[in-house]
Amino acid sequence: MTNEIDRVLLSQDDIRRAMTRISHEILEQNRASSDLVLVGVHTRGVHVARRLAANIERIEGFSPVVGTLDPRLWRDDPDVASGQPSLPSDIPNGVDGKPVVIVDDVLYTGRTIRAAMEALLDFGRASRIQLAVLVDRGHRELPIRPDFIGKNIPTARGERVLVRIAEIDGDDAVVLGYED
Amino acid sequence: MTNPMTTHGSGAGIELAHEIAAEEVETMLVPRQHLLDLDDLSVADITDLLDSAEGMLEIASRDNHKTPALRGKTIITMFFENSTRTRVSFEQAGKILGADVINVTASASSVSKGESLLNTVKTLQAMSIDALVVRHPHSGAPYFITNHTDASVVNAGDGTHAHPTQSLLDLFTVRNHVGDLVGKKVAIVGDVLYSRVARSDIIAFQKMGAEVVVSCPNTLLPDEWQWDSTLGSETGFAGLRLAANVDEAVDSADVVMALRIQQERQDSGHLPSLREYSDRWGINSKRMELANDGALLMHPGPMNEGVEIASDVAHGFQSVVEEQVRNGVAVRMAVLYTLCAPGKSARIGGGDASNGEETKS
Repeated sequence: MTNEIDRVLLSQDDIRRAMTRISHEILEQNRASSDLVLVGVHTRGVHVARRLAANIERIEGFSPVVGTLDPRLWRDDPDVASGQPSLPSDIPNGVDGKPVVIVDDVLYTGRTIRAAMEALLDFGRASRIQLAVLVDRGHRELPIRPDFIGKNIPTARGERVLVRIAEIDGDDAVVLGYED
Repeated sequence: MTNPMTTHGSGAGIELAHEIAAEEVETMLVPRQHLLDLDDLSVADITDLLDSAEGMLEIASRDNHKTPALRGKTIITMFFENSTRTRVSFEQAGKILGADVINVTASASSVSKGESLLNTVKTLQAMSIDALVVRHPHSGAPYFITNHTDASVVNAGDGTHAHPTQSLLDLFTVRNHVGDLVGKKVAIVGDVLYSRVARSDIIAFQKMGAEVVVSCPNTLLPDEWQWDSTLGSETGFAGLRLAANVDEAVDSADVVMALRIQQERQDSGHLPSLREYSDRWGINSKRMELANDGALLMHPGPMNEGVEIASDVAHGFQSVVEEQVRNGVAVRMAVLYTLCAPGKSARIGGGDASNGEETKS
């Protein structure tokens, strides 16, 4: 794809452990509410959310609802994503009065999450919105702070953090690359 | 992955793509601004638009379907021919995306006072618009307009030339039912000579790998085409099969599309009578039985029930006519969004959006 020298920051095991910890934290913060809705941001966030839901089911014995959200049309910088097709969003039974955890792979400027929160409003008034990310790479441009973080990875702007998820990429890894 | 609208020269519509490539090499680098025809879009471009329409369909079907995507943009629909579904569908698509949509019709504008197309476009251009959706009785009118405006021009049907968004919604509708179009048989029945829908659909379905068979009265075929033959590349429709009769066309088809027969055709002597047309070329339940199980019946509308399509099948279990209309909004949202959303810019740290890896956040 680009002429970058990749460096693995998180291995498959690291990712598994981070997700297990986040799952426990989500349960702790939400007192194992069975109304809990995990909303994955397309594309990789959806797979992270599904795995968190599977973990929660294993730990607590109930399976939280997993929704999907494509906040593309709510972005303030559509140029970033205009080359990609928009994907259907689906949150079964909506979010009215329920605690919601937005799940994404990488947190960077915060603009996707701002757009996701606005897009989420169309699905009802959540009792609370929290944010879980696998990697927080810094460089926030908006006052957004994640509630659950897999790993803080300080980066330079010219670097790229690529999250590889088995369901899409064939294997699990978090890799550091460079802009060409 | 390529952006469907950025890989080609601007406004290639009427001329062949390779001529453009030879003559206007520089414009190949300019982002595409217009959608005039499907003949210069690649399979990947079309697939991207259809994929995008999936997400748009979900948004359009929400209780609250307003988005801020094109907030602050102005879209003008300029219809020089009557239309219900196409005009309303573009208007609805623009409004769901948050744009301001203004409708101009020939009868209610200065066009009825004799203003020329050129002056009308210049007038609208002076009011800072972002997109012009044009329907015009003359083939090539949207292409002409691209030379006189900075706005994106979307062809909403021009003469007998093209109706690209209709074909995109037809592809989208079929894809949602049968998946991959490769090897599927599509029968198009009716006024092939005058129909811009037929022309665009033949191009679209062939491009996506389907086998297209047409059937129509000989008087409505272009002169050099003959029944019961397969066209060569010199016609521009290589591989298009002209069936000997409707039954042959419909036989084991996965998609049957009836085209509207226009009253004017009968008046001009192309048809002996509507009743004879209905007998020989009308789609009815008996003919639909020849098609494959699960075959779809389509019609671009408006339908003349009892002429080209029998009422029972038009509203029967195989009919996807209303679905076509619903999908029309989604497909037009995808087109307007792709054309009007701010162009891609080199945003530092933005990542490479096209491979979807790490742009978010």
